[in-house]
Amino acid sequence: MKRIDDNPSAADAAVTVRGLVKHYGETKALDGVDLDVREGTVMGVLGPNGAGKTTLVRILSTLLAPDAGRAHVAGYDVVRQPRQLRRVIGLTGQYASVDEKLPGWENLYMIGRLLDLPRGEARARADELLERFSLTDAGKRPAATYSGGMRRRLDLAASMIGRPQVLFLDEPTTGLDPRTRNEVWDEVKRMVGDGVTVLLTTQYMEEAEQLASELTVVDRGQVIAKGGIEELKAKVGGRTLRVRPADPLHLRPLAAHLDELGITGLASSTVDTQRGAVLVPILSDEQLTAVVGAVTARGITVASITTELPSLDEVFLSLTGHRASAPQDPAPADTREEVAV
Amino acid sequence: MSATTAPVTATTAPGTADDARIPLRGHVRHTGALVRRNLLWIRQDPESMFDALLMPVVFTLLFVYVFGGSIGQALGGGQDGYVQYVIPGMIAMMSMTLSQGVGTGFSQDFNSGVMDRFRSLPIGRGSVLFAKIAVEMVRMLFATAVLMIVAVLVGFDIDHWAGLFAAVGLSAVFASSIMWVFLTLGVILKNAQSVQAMGFLVLFPLQFGSSIFAPPQSMPGWLQAFTDYNPLSTLADAARGLMVGGPVAHDLWITLGWSVAITAVMAPVAIHKFRTKS
Repeated sequence: MKRIDDNPSAADAAVTVRGLVKHYGETKALDGVDLDVREGTVMGVLGPNGAGKTTLVRILSTLLAPDAGRAHVAGYDVVRQPRQLRRVIGLTGQYASVDEKLPGWENLYMIGRLLDLPRGEARARADELLERFSLTDAGKRPAATYSGGMRRRLDLAASMIGRPQVLFLDEPTTGLDPRTRNEVWDEVKRMVGDGVTVLLTTQYMEEAEQLASELTVVDRGQVIAKGGIEELKAKVGGRTLRVRPADPLHLRPLAAHLDELGITGLASSTVDTQRGAVLVPILSDEQLTAVVGAVTARGITVASITTELPSLDEVFLSLTGHRASAPQDPAPADTREEVAV
Repeated sequence: MSATTAPVTATTAPGTADDARIPLRGHVRHTGALVRRNLLWIRQDPESMFDALLMPVVFTLLFVYVFGGSIGQALGGGQDGYVQYVIPGMIAMMSMTLSQGVGTGFSQDFNSGVMDRFRSLPIGRGSVLFAKIAVEMVRMLFATAVLMIVAVLVGFDIDHWAGLFAAVGLSAVFASSIMWVFLTLGVILKNAQSVQAMGFLVLFPLQFGSSIFAPPQSMPGWLQAFTDYNPLSTLADAARGLMVGGPVAHDLWITLGWSVAITAVMAPVAIHKFRTKS
């Protein structure tokens, strides 16, 4: 893992975070977080509900004061220079932060004026961004009438009015259906293409893979892994092969056999007894073929074989040996979500 | 951060140390943009003006026709006399009731994501609050206009136009100071319902334990002591003096004094609470 120079003014660091702490009573929302985001890159912050992702974004966007530690965004100190900092950031919160009673255009115009654009320029910018986010036709309707995806796009457009250097996206697609999620991803990719630095929080490995070049995995307020996305993917096995034997009694022997042969990725295979499958982290198609060969050679009848991106749970399992913790939320449906390749 | 470690990005960023402070023109621009937002709400949702439209009608008819006859008899002027007594008080009462709306609206903003957006923008924290007050003033003036129309219809004689405007102005000044209290409640309390409930608990005794609806002379001593110190009494008395004649100066100064004192204490509290709310 490359450690970036401690000097917060390092030319290529758009965001530097050192030892950031925020406690809410007994709960340690952030417990000594270090983070660096290089200019022009997308940093994914991956973690389950309650990991501290939103707290991190709120501190970096000056909405919340940290208890300890330092953080700089575009060179500005979040505590000492909040006003300068607010000029160079854009924020899209977990819940669309637009005025639902206002039409889309009016939302954008208002933010333009609040960012000190002259009237004419604020108008032009509102038109331009509605066009770019395919909302021109809906521009005169109140945002309350928008679909979830449209609202999120309006929110992204609002974040872009001030041409920010650093953009914070807090779970930008949570609660969206897969098609709308893809739309939002495309928009985020376009923004990144414009050279904006992005810090993105997410619960989905797939989202991180789609958008981020680097990844920081957080759990209970602490960073538990960081590195390039390929590096981490390799660590957790790039893809996960889910082999479901017809007879559940074959589960453990099969897993042991595969580990013996050493044809899994960096981590060893695990057994998901609940769903009666062996999860095999794999790095390449050759490994996939080898696994299938080994299963056949062993004479085990297989009910299904699927490949998947590792879910958040599997990432955590590989990195920490325990499942993603969600202390307040016993069954968060979305952390269990898995996406077939 | 010391000057030697000044960030490279600062040379290209619009924000340098010098314009970290927002100029007055900036505050005016930001407040203007937010006033526009709140006015657009009214256009989008005209029903939100119903209270400002109906309250003066309902209350005037209620007090003049239900209580007016008997209180007027006691006053010695009959129902017509009571109209002259109660209408200036109604201006004071309504400005109070409407100023509650500033707190409930603010609380709603907090429960939607839009307040996070505002707070992540480089604008003065006061702008958001000033805009709320400005828009509430518009509603208040609208309601007062409705009230005066109803007042004339039930027989109120406007003898002193200048006095009428002065009374409306004084009510607005006092109401603006009370709005800081409601803005503070709007920041502190969890939802609009609690703000409304709390507002009712505060305003109801102040409005009725005053000289707004009836002269305090007939009230028991302890209540008279309360009404004497109740700023709504002095506001109502000052408005009455301005509109129908009588001594004004004493009540006028006391009311202005209350307004300045309440604003001086509550405006910084509201802005501070707003700034530090997480």
